[in-house]
Amino acid sequence: MSKERIKIAPEMFEIMPSEYQDLVDRATYGKEGRGWKDIGTSKELIEEHSLCAGCPESMAFRYILASLPAPEDTVMVGSTGCTSLVFPHVGVHNIHSLFGNQNAIASGLKRALSVRFPGQVKDVVVLAGDGATVDIGLDMTLQAWFRQEKFTTICFDNELYANTGGQESGLMQKGFVAKMAPVGKTFEKVKLPEIARESGCHYVVNCTVSKPNLVEKVIKNAIHVAREIGPTYLQLYTPCILEIGKNSMEGLQEMRDSEKPTERFAYREYVSDEAKELLTELAAKEKERKAAAKKQLADKQLAGKA
Amino acid sequence: MSTMYEVLPGPEHFLPPAAASMGIRLPDPGQAHIHGKIVNEDEAMEVAARQFLSAKVPTIFPGPLVLWAWNEKAAKKATAIRHLYETIKECVTPSQQAMLIPMPDYRPKYPKINPEIEINPNHPNLTIWHNKIDACMFVGVHCHQANLSLKIIRGGTYCYTIAMCAQAGHEDAMVSFRDATADKIMKLADWVKKLKGSVEPPKD
Repeated sequence: MSKERIKIAPEMFEIMPSEYQDLVDRATYGKEGRGWKDIGTSKELIEEHSLCAGCPESMAFRYILASLPAPEDTVMVGSTGCTSLVFPHVGVHNIHSLFGNQNAIASGLKRALSVRFPGQVKDVVVLAGDGATVDIGLDMTLQAWFRQEKFTTICFDNELYANTGGQESGLMQKGFVAKMAPVGKTFEKVKLPEIARESGCHYVVNCTVSKPNLVEKVIKNAIHVAREIGPTYLQLYTPCILEIGKNSMEGLQEMRDSEKPTERFAYREYVSDEAKELLTELAAKEKERKAAAKKQLADKQLAGKA
Repeated sequence: MSTMYEVLPGPEHFLPPAAASMGIRLPDPGQAHIHGKIVNEDEAMEVAARQFLSAKVPTIFPGPLVLWAWNEKAAKKATAIRHLYETIKECVTPSQQAMLIPMPDYRPKYPKINPEIEINPNHPNLTIWHNKIDACMFVGVHCHQANLSLKIIRGGTYCYTIAMCAQAGHEDAMVSFRDATADKIMKLADWVKKLKGSVEPPKD
């Protein structure tokens, strides 16, 4: 979609609620190099959300939406879960799929967009919880990877079914006792990042969302690799503070504790050879862009002084 | 005795039947319907204009298809809608309050919408109740969302509904036009102007 089409009819501008006026005037659609640092200085692509106070998922959502390389040309596919409570509030095209069906929907969508808009960049990003990705939708998740579908799958891993009261999920850690799983989990956390690698994903990352610059980097990498090469997978730890007995302020610390080198969310990354080549090329271009922007700014300042 | 179902202001009941299921059919080109009865378009223009002039809070609800200038036609319709709103404002008495309230999109909004500044198709009754709107016109709202809203309004409010539809019209509106264009909206504004002073304003 052209950014030019995102404008309000002049006669209607003043009656539009302010959040829509802001989306047109101050959002970062089409901005080169957009990223998490735009948060606070521009209109975010997420309005008020209905997640719990202090929920790390809300942080993750904000960072991801700020980091999408081309939000005006992106369609996100969600599924049942806490994430589905947020999608009605985002300023990016999105589809709510049946529980677990998200990667099948995204496959068809990506192919349809390629046919409908040949030669244009159209990113598809799946964003679902661990129940949808690993339990109910595992078949669809894996089949999309086997077929080398060119889109990114993001799993918000909170290690249980949060908004239904705390049932056991495949990504729950062994031995964990939840409200609706009182016996404790008897088998290991499913190793989906490893499965993703073996299933043909070209870029796989397992991390938390405690560091916004890291989230920005992995989101951009995953989307660029998916655009050019093949499927990519991000498993992001977004703990459910309510279900693990924490307070609103403790989500960030929980993530920091879980990303220590010996912990289950220590940063792990797999990049295929093709993807490495592409990312090196993109990094060089980005460096050039930044240098040119810096020079332009310096020239402008110099001209101002003169 | 006629047994034809009439699409009248509510509150009908919690789940009013879809007018189509009660035998109401859509008008052909050049026609409109009033309460489900197919009529000549000019006849419906007059009824719609009279409703605007006799309502305490005559309101236009423009939807995304005209709020966003996504093509030239949409921009022209927006200009015509603004003109219709200004005309209604000019032609009503000081005790009446014309309103122009947008339906920017169809997302269910939480925790709630602000009924003073917008209408949401999933609970249009909130905006109508809050502003005591007794006559309204939908324009630029996608058909399925308009059908949903018109039914909710008929079910839970006493508001008189008019649909200025760009497609084939709406059975669930009390008055429905079809094939809406900027010219058709301007024509409705002309009718409002023409009938100014000849319609009794609402009693307090």
